[in-house]
Amino acid sequence: MGLKIIVCIKQVPKAQELRIDPKTNTLKRAGVESVINPPDRNALEMALRLVERHGGKTVVVSMGPPFFDASLHEAIGMGIDEGFLLTDRALGGSDTVPTAYALSKTVEKVGDYDLILCGEETTDSSTGHVGPGMAGHLRIPQITYVSKVGLKDGWVEATRTLEYGLETRRGRTPALLTVNFGCNTPREPTLLGKIRAKRGGVIKIWNAADVGADYSKIGLRNSPTVVSKMETVVLPERKGIILDNGQRDAVSKLLGMLADEGVLRVG
Amino acid sequence: MVELKPDQYRGIWVYLEHRNGAIFKGSIQLIGEGGRIAKELGTELSGVLLGHGIRDLAQEAIEYGVETVILGEHDVLKEYSPNAYCLALAKLVKRRKPEVVLFSASKNGRALAGRLHAEIETGLAADCTAFEVTDEGLLAMIRPAFGGRSLAHILCKEHRPQMASARPNVFAIPARDPSRRGRVSRARLRLSPSDIDTEIVAFEEFPDVQEVKLEDSAIVVAGGYGMRGPENFRILRDLARELGGAVAASRKAADSGWVPKEIQVGQTGKTVRPRLYFAVGISGAVQHLAGMQESDVIVAVNKDPRAPIFEIADYGIVGDLFQIVPKMIEELRAMKHDGGEAPSPATIRT
Ligand SMILES: Cc1cc2nc3c(=O)[nH]c(=O)nc-3n(C[C@H](O)[C@H](O)[C@H](O)COP(=O)(O)OP(=O)(O)OC[C@H]3O[C@@H](n4cnc5c(N)ncnc54)[C@H](O)[C@@H]3O)c2cc1C
Ligand SMILES: Nc1ncnc2c1ncn2[C@@H]1O[C@H](COP(=O)(O)O)[C@@H](O)[C@H]1O
Repeated sequence: MGLKIIVCIKQVPKAQELRIDPKTNTLKRAGVESVINPPDRNALEMALRLVERHGGKTVVVSMGPPFFDASLHEAIGMGIDEGFLLTDRALGGSDTVPTAYALSKTVEKVGDYDLILCGEETTDSSTGHVGPGMAGHLRIPQITYVSKVGLKDGWVEATRTLEYGLETRRGRTPALLTVNFGCNTPREPTLLGKIRAKRGGVIKIWNAADVGADYSKIGLRNSPTVVSKMETVVLPERKGIILDNGQRDAVSKLLGMLADEGVLRVG
Repeated sequence: MVELKPDQYRGIWVYLEHRNGAIFKGSIQLIGEGGRIAKELGTELSGVLLGHGIRDLAQEAIEYGVETVILGEHDVLKEYSPNAYCLALAKLVKRRKPEVVLFSASKNGRALAGRLHAEIETGLAADCTAFEVTDEGLLAMIRPAFGGRSLAHILCKEHRPQMASARPNVFAIPARDPSRRGRVSRARLRLSPSDIDTEIVAFEEFPDVQEVKLEDSAIVVAGGYGMRGPENFRILRDLARELGGAVAASRKAADSGWVPKEIQVGQTGKTVRPRLYFAVGISGAVQHLAGMQESDVIVAVNKDPRAPIFEIADYGIVGDLFQIVPKMIEELRAMKHDGGEAPSPATIRT
């Protein structure tokens, strides 16, 4: 029969490119590319490896505006079999409560899964609440912050990184796992994969009604939280004295300046 | 069921996470902050303890300032499992209707709160670093956004309880007073073994790594992926020893298994605010900056002049760390031999 693994991915602004404008102390956002949320790529890789070992099918699910299909294309390019994009104006402004709800309706509609994989958190909203929220709605076991996973006879065993150690947990499938950023090296899309994505038919678009989501539970209006204020953090001014190691005595100069600052305690 | 209005929910709850017979530091810190919020709202602070055979912890919580301990003991709760703990909390919340529930933003705390907020359909803010009571008596849950460049004030206006997790080591540990008296309210919980969704089958504790705790150290020497391997962290330990500081790492270095996860700095690691922070072979990704950008003085060593770490550095050297760090150690040692005093700039500037 083989497995069926659903991976939930979100498209986010490329964090590595986010730079601070030193003059205004704000984020430079212009021209920032979007990418698949980095831990979600690790989740895609984990799904692909599991299916390579055990056989089966991989599915990618995303909720967001139509342009999110770029990341679905990329996932298909990596070797994921099928994609679903949940897109609906009514979903705009959803916080984690409607998001977890709508995504759980979507995976139910996809159906028959053994595992759902999410990323540990997103780089744009960084809550890590959507995965556990979905597991709660679906009433399935959850194992969060996972770097290693094994499957056997209807059980999943996964190793998670906690503050004080590595914990391995076991639960029944179907289960939802959240996957650690950096726990594997995600493969790049292949040419063949890209062609498959381009040819069409592998990515389906659904709206909220298609997945049976209740419109009175989604969107900005049905999100319990609101952002009432954004404060700019005023970070301390930095001196920005950068020496070149090619320069004679760069190290001595640096230590001298630190001593002048009174931050060195030698002796 | 009769719908309650938001103002019919009363009291501040702190969920008390514990392990090996001790309440987590992050939860104890929240007792202090929760108490402050409760006072401002003119209400009571309760601590929720779930587990089995944990009565003694109730007294500990009271000594730190909890007025009422809600003690939920059950066989099924002997070991933490997300579903059983979530169901237990959901029952307690529905029954007793607190206006605020706070969690420590530990890995388990965040995942448990995440499951619970969907179960009871209420607002949840993650990893908060401050709380304020607004004029309307709402809790403003304040958290960094955009890599720490902004602080978002999050409100949960209509739904109750208002829930948040709080970043460990942001709030101080309140004073412990053994003479404090409080109430212990036992909660009856109907749970079944089938509520346990996952069980621990193996556990490997991280070794205790440094004598100097990262959070308490005035000087932090952090290494990144540019260190190239675990053995090279030795030179950072030497540098840290010369400076009287603690060693830290970027996530990429910690994830590579070069150093313990415990010394990872950043958004998903520790937040530090030392007098002096050395970033060695660290590029300066926003997630790293989130954990150290409030340091008094930042020094960067990186061979790439365009590395973003230089944008927030006070001082930096562009070059090979394997030349620069040993040179630093050598010069610091020489300074000590010269009399054991802080170097006078005149002696080391040529
Ligand atoms: C959800 C999420 C959470 C995250 N949480 C954290 C977190 O808490 N903490 C954190 O640190 N990161 C975190 N990250 C990762 C972060 O995005 C970066 O990937 C990471 O910080 C990079 O680590 P690095 O700077 O050590 O490695 P790299 O980015 O690879 O940088 C290595 C640097 O070393 C320099 N270098 C190499 N060789 C030498 C040499 N010989 N001499 C001098 N310089 C040299 C290079 O020029 C480069 O700048 C998170 C990411 C995600 C997606
Ligand atoms: N809009 C979305 N579409 C699909 N998956 C999502 C979406 N938002 C969050 N997720 C999943 O939930 C994880 C945690 O997201 P968050 O709770 O926003 O930090 C992500 O890594 C994704 O796997």
